[in-house]
Amino acid sequence: MITSTEISEKKIRSILEEVKDPEVPVLSVLDLGILREIKISENEVEIFITPTYSGCPAMDVIRMNIQMTLLSHGFKNVKVTQVLSPAWTTEWMSEEGKRKLKEYGIAPPNPKQQVCDQKLFASAEAVQCPHCNSYHTHRVSEFGSTACKALYVCDDCKEPFDYFKCH
Amino acid sequence: MSTLIDYTLHLADNSLILGQRNSEWCGHGPVLEQDIAITNISLDLIGQARNFYQYAASLINQTIKQSNNPVTEDSLAYLRTEREFKNCLLVEQPNGDWGQTILRQFFFSQYQYLLFQQLQHSKDEQLAAIAAKSLKEVSYHLRWSSEWVIRLGDGTEESHSRMLKAIDELWMYTGELFQAAGYELQTAKEGIGVDVSLLKPKWEEKIKEIFSEATLPVPEKVFMQSGGKDGKHTEHLGYILTELQYMQRAYPGNEW
Repeated sequence: MITSTEISEKKIRSILEEVKDPEVPVLSVLDLGILREIKISENEVEIFITPTYSGCPAMDVIRMNIQMTLLSHGFKNVKVTQVLSPAWTTEWMSEEGKRKLKEYGIAPPNPKQQVCDQKLFASAEAVQCPHCNSYHTHRVSEFGSTACKALYVCDDCKEPFDYFKCH
Repeated sequence: MSTLIDYTLHLADNSLILGQRNSEWCGHGPVLEQDIAITNISLDLIGQARNFYQYAASLINQTIKQSNNPVTEDSLAYLRTEREFKNCLLVEQPNGDWGQTILRQFFFSQYQYLLFQQLQHSKDEQLAAIAAKSLKEVSYHLRWSSEWVIRLGDGTEESHSRMLKAIDELWMYTGELFQAAGYELQTAKEGIGVDVSLLKPKWEEKIKEIFSEATLPVPEKVFMQSGGKDGKHTEHLGYILTELQYMQRAYPGNEW
């Protein structure tokens, strides 16, 4: 049994490190930048999260996993609330998260100012291959295996890879 | 309050029905990458619809105060009849071939792009937040569909003639987008909704620009169909709902 005095935001944050994005299991909700706020009251913990993409099916799983993980640490009364504004951007992804993504084989999002407003048929942004570090790559499809990714292929090592697109 | 509910449902229905239509391509796209693209767009639209339905449900529950059977996003999507749906006729039109699907998406994405640009400044905070969030996704949809209209229009003789046919099929449903229903006029007056008639010049400008690159003609005066926003639909919506709502109608309350 944990009493409210023992609960600290820091502790909850460290527990939330365990909650991963089910589609990209190396990223925690903190790495993704979707954790907005933690409110602790007498007998309830309220976690505010923001969705990455409106239709991302991972959000429901993440919401449930936040509750289950906190429950396993003794927090029985957990409420997860979705906040839409301001809209999530890949700028909020942590540097640690970007490093983990690359290690996992997914190219991390480029800084926003570089690219987000592309003209029609503009050549795709320069994305570094997460396998061989070459910038000699090209986009195969603007839409990838999940809403947040685009499909690329490396022209040097010939490996296909996902790019977590800037948003 | 009831106009705000109707307006929110209208926005939700537009996104849900087009999302459902696009999802029919899942596994049938012309190439794998484009199959993934159209179903990603479908997912974005259904996500938008969920946000709008959740908000509509919370508004409805505030007004009825009956806690043992509250309205939910699911009951709004699965348990209303076609006369209760307020989507535009354009989004319920059949997929046709790839060209027709692309053209429908292009017409609608450009409309949504202009609409959400305004709606993100709505006095209603939740509608503003959903619009701002969705706008980022709609920008992708618009760029992708614009490129495809140009590629097909200015492509081969076959693709060009199919785009001409698609224009013939769909143009008559574009007028309704800019004819405000009562709930749109009322919410626009209150600074909550958007006066859609003001979006028309910008929409036409973009269509002209892309059509000219695509070597496609912009139709002159055509009789415009309308009625969807007030629940009077083409025969297609009934079939869409039959499929969409089947599980909940056959097995009420069923959960995955």
